Order: sequence, then structure tokens, then C-alpha cells
Amino acid sequence: MGLDAIVLILVATVAASVPLILAALGELVVEKSGVLNLGVEGMMAVGAIVAFAVAVETQQLSLAALAGALAGALMSLIFAFITLTLMANQVATGLALTLFGTGLSAFLGLKYTSVALDGAKAMTIPILSDIPVLGKLLFSYNGFVYFAVLVFLAISWFLYRSRAGLVLRAIGESPSSAHALGASVIKVRYLAVLFGGAMAGLAGAYLSTAYTPLWAEGMIAGRGWIALALVVFATWRPARVLIGALLFGGVTIAQFHVQGIGIEIPAQFLSMLPYLATILVLVVISRDAGLIRLNAPASLGQPFHKQGH
Amino acid sequence: MSLHLEPRLQPSKVMAYLSPVIAISLTLFVGVLLFTALGKSPAAAFHAFFIKPIDNWYGFGELLIKASPLALIALGLSVGFRANIWNIGAEGQLIVGAIAAGGVALALHETAAWWVLPLMFIAGALGGMLWAAIPAWLRTRFNANEILVSLMLVYVANLLLSWLIHGPWRDPDGYGFPQSLVFSDAAMLPILLAGTRTHAGVLITLVALVVAYVFFRWSLMAFKMNVTGLAPRAAAYAGFNQKRMIWIGLLTGGTAAGLAGTSEIAGPIGQLLIPVSPGYGFSAIIVAFVGRLNPIGIFLASLLMALLYLGGEAGQMQLSLPSSVSSVFQGLLLFFLLATDVLINYRLRWS
Repeated sequence: MGLDAIVLILVATVAASVPLILAALGELVVEKSGVLNLGVEGMMAVGAIVAFAVAVETQQLSLAALAGALAGALMSLIFAFITLTLMANQVATGLALTLFGTGLSAFLGLKYTSVALDGAKAMTIPILSDIPVLGKLLFSYNGFVYFAVLVFLAISWFLYRSRAGLVLRAIGESPSSAHALGASVIKVRYLAVLFGGAMAGLAGAYLSTAYTPLWAEGMIAGRGWIALALVVFATWRPARVLIGALLFGGVTIAQFHVQGIGIEIPAQFLSMLPYLATILVLVVISRDAGLIRLNAPASLGQPFHKQGH
Repeated sequence: MSLHLEPRLQPSKVMAYLSPVIAISLTLFVGVLLFTALGKSPAAAFHAFFIKPIDNWYGFGELLIKASPLALIALGLSVGFRANIWNIGAEGQLIVGAIAAGGVALALHETAAWWVLPLMFIAGALGGMLWAAIPAWLRTRFNANEILVSLMLVYVANLLLSWLIHGPWRDPDGYGFPQSLVFSDAAMLPILLAGTRTHAGVLITLVALVVAYVFFRWSLMAFKMNVTGLAPRAAAYAGFNQKRMIWIGLLTGGTAAGLAGTSEIAGPIGQLLIPVSPGYGFSAIIVAFVGRLNPIGIFLASLLMALLYLGGEAGQMQLSLPSSVSSVFQGLLLFFLLATDVLINYRLRWS
């Protein structure tokens, strides 16, 4: 395999990992505040169809991305209201969000099935994109990819270098102590959930307007759930989310290349790879119960009421 | 003046039963709004959704064959849900159950014996159980989250079925369609109600309802699982065997889903193809919650959910609405239920 081929595979790996990076980083912030939102898959689906519809109708891809993020945030608002204001079970509500989002996206997307769209193009940067090998490897992507890198840097800074990030983490560890110190637990959690929703919506928008680009029912294909697993795999750390997402992008791309080099495996078994890999990494990382207990936000998944209950 | 929530001294029993009723009413109300917004008459939509599908004997039979797998799976899942064991991969367990039972049916295609069908049900139950045993083992042995593992296995099961019907099990005379041979008569469930498609698989669900009722009411294990769900620390202090509960919770759901999958292919479908289920494994989660994890509630909720499925199909034909509208309503129903459940533990106060 020549250098060009390797570069092509790496570029494809990055492209496949972007939706996982966006969705998992969003969910990371949500979980750091002590909330578990299992609705990522549903929010991605709604983000994908809304962005696709806006892109088809307006031909404005940045507007489409914005609309996708907004749609994801609106979906997460339902979740936030039911779990934070009404203190319902987060696991059940997250599942409801995924079921609802999957249905809603199919409903909204009916007239957009098999509609063609000119997807997001790679942004060429003068000089940089022309560097041999490196130019292709680092500077040949569409806006989503650069934005994902920005989000990663911003979240790493926010969580560990800003006061607001400290408050968010404190709320995730012990909401009652944070409340006693004057932090508004519910408000911060609302904002975290909305951010997670926007990121999931944006991840969906990337899939439907840049990666494929088309709309099809079920096109998210479990990526929302893989993003949730990635957060566990990363033991709730942004840098590891990035590495994990790239690994999964690699697994996704590998299935296309195994057949290319002449290994006879039915396509269905290759398509199983990302799902089996998810199970494998969960097993490897969860085996050490202490590691999870030490890193998971202590109040993850538990409702909070000011008067206690 | 604003509305706020005040904790109740004791959970309200009245609200526990009233909340599903309120949730259903709210879902209907949103339905009326939605249909008006789409320019359809709400009355016509209501009639098409809830009356037309079951105003005749055949339609009533259709209601039963849709409610049956939903109730069966929901009963199995409710065992685990009570102890906070979240098996959300019932759809995959249903598929593997169907694959195992279908394998038996295809292997014994030339055998016209009475024992083919019981053998299929044993294989189907074992298949579903095996698929649920994977998350149970990974959870008890490696502490891996059963929600994510059981869900990932849904995709794997689907791909496995896809491979089988595209490859080794494809009907050679099927004009290239990805589907298996049509099963022999010995592999098909008898029709229970003349003039409908209602098959004997419904009886399995009825037996499961009674068994679940007895189990929840009188068994010590069910009591322990309830305690674990409501007060995990008390359960740990009492020394309840958590691992055994995880196994029981997951395997019961898997077995029920495997049996449901077998009933589908030996009943209305009659061969292996994709899809073997219109998402029964996921809808059953909603049925379990709307039914309050209680057999009688699940029975009623499964009828309602089956009606939503039928209404979705009827709405597609009569009002040219997409069938996905019923999954939107299913999601809404669960949202409203979870939201109104707050009134069990809290009361609304103006202050």
C-alpha cells in the first residue's frame, strides 16, 4: 500500500469519527453535570433530518448545520424538563427520547427520502492545503471537522481551566454540596443538557449534509449509542473521547478495506464490527470497577430536588 | 405566585393509577392538535385510528396478534425493570429467537410431525435466552453496562438474520428475494379464532400473564427484586444476591422475546425475512412502563399499543399519513407518562 492510500484511509477515518466526536463530547459535558441522557441517537436523527431539509430548501449549508444543532437542543429540552424539573427517571426518559426522535425523524423525513443534495465541500486553505501529504492529511476537510477540533479544545479548557467548568463538575460530583455553596444545580444542568443536545443535533447534521449526504430512515445506525459507550470508554475525559472516536472511525473504515484487499467475508459480518468493538471496549474498560467508580461523576443519573427527598 | 412541587409524605396510590390515564388523555389531545395542523379532521383521524381497525371480527383478531408479542415481551422485561436492570435489547433477542426457531423449521422442512412446533418454541426460547445471556454475563463478570451491550446486540442480530436470508438460508426458488423457504404446515401455529389470523401463540402470552402475576405476587425473588429497585442500599445491606437478579432479570426478558419471535414467524409471517418485527422489542419497553410493570396493567397497555400500531397502518391507507406517526405517538405517550408520574411523589402547590 502506497503513502497516498494510507493518507486516504486516515482522512476517511477522521471523516467517520466526526459525528462520534461531536456527540460524545456533548454527552460528556452532560454527564459531567451528573445527568445521563440516553437520547443521543434520537437527537442525532432529528438533527439529521432538520438539517437536511433546511439544506435542500435553502441551499445554505451553514444555516442547515445551525438548524440541526437547534433541533437537537429542542429535543434535549423535552428531556431536561421531564428529568430536571419533574425529576423523572433519566434512563427511561432518555429511552423515550430516542424512540420519539427516531419516529419523529422518519415522520418529518418522508418527503426528503431519495432527494439529492450537494454536500458540504472540503475547505481549501491557501498554501497549507497544498503541502504534500500533510496538506491532504490535515487541511482537506469540510467545516464540521475543524469545528469538532475547536469544540474539543473549548471543552477541555472549559471543564478543567474555567470557574464555570469547576462548578459544573462539582454539581456532577455532589449536587447538594454545590447547592449549599450557592450554585444553581438545575440551571447548570439545563444548560449542560441543551449543549449536549445541540452537539448531538450537529453530529446528525454532519451525517446528513456532509458525510453521506442524504436522508434515509435509520441512517444514524447506532452512532448515538456508540457515542454513549465512548464516554465510558474515555473514563469521562475529553482527550480520550477524541482518541476513542478516531479508533471507532478506523473500525468503520476498516470494514470497507478488508474486502478491498481480497478477504472473503460476508458484508454483514464486517458491518457488525463497530457494534462488536463497542461491546469489547466496554468490557475492557469496565472490568476494573474501581476505575469506573473513581472517574464517573458521583451523582450520575440521580434526580435532584432542593428540599431533598 | 408560581407553581412548584412539594414532596408528599407518602407516595400517592391514586396517582399511580391515574397517571397513565392522564398521559393517554394528553397524548390524544396532542394527536388532535397534530391532525388539525396537518389539515385532517380530528374526528375522522380518531375514527380511522381507534374505531375502524377494530370495528369488525377480523380487525379484533389483528389487535390480538399485535398485542400478544408486546405483552409477552413487556412481561419479561418488567421482571428486570423492577430491579433497575435495563434490558433494552429485546428486539435483538426476538430476532435471535426467530432465527433459532426458523432454523429448526427449515431443518425439519420435510418432517410433518407434531413435535416440530414445540421444538421450534424450545429453540426460540433458548435463542432469546442466549442473546440476553451475553449482556448478563458481561455485566456480572466484567461490570459492562447492560443497556449499551444489549442494544449493540440488536444491530448484530439484525445483521446475522440479514446474512442468513441473503446467504445460506435463502429460498432458492424465491426469485432472489432475501427470504427463507415458506415453512411447512407442521411448523405453523394453528388458527385460534376462525375468520381471523389469531394464532395459538396468544395462549403463550395468556399463560405468561398468569405466571407473572403469581411470580410478582408470591415469590420471594420478586420481592427481593422490588426492594433492589426501590432501595438498592437496603437490598445490599440485606445481602441479596445482585448477580442472580441480573441473570434472572435479563434471561426472563430474553426468553419472552425469543418466544415472541417464534410466534411471529410460526404465526402471521410463516418464514424468515426482514423485518421479523416492526419494533415490538422497543415498543414493549413503553408497554411495560405504561402498564406500571404490573401484569394486568401490561395486558391493558399492550392492547392500547397494538391499537396504535393498527391505527398507524389504517391512517397510512385512509388519511395518507406516514406509518411512523404511530411511533411518534408511542414516544409522546411515554413522555407524558414519565412527566405525570412526578405527581406520585410530589404535589403541585401555588406559593
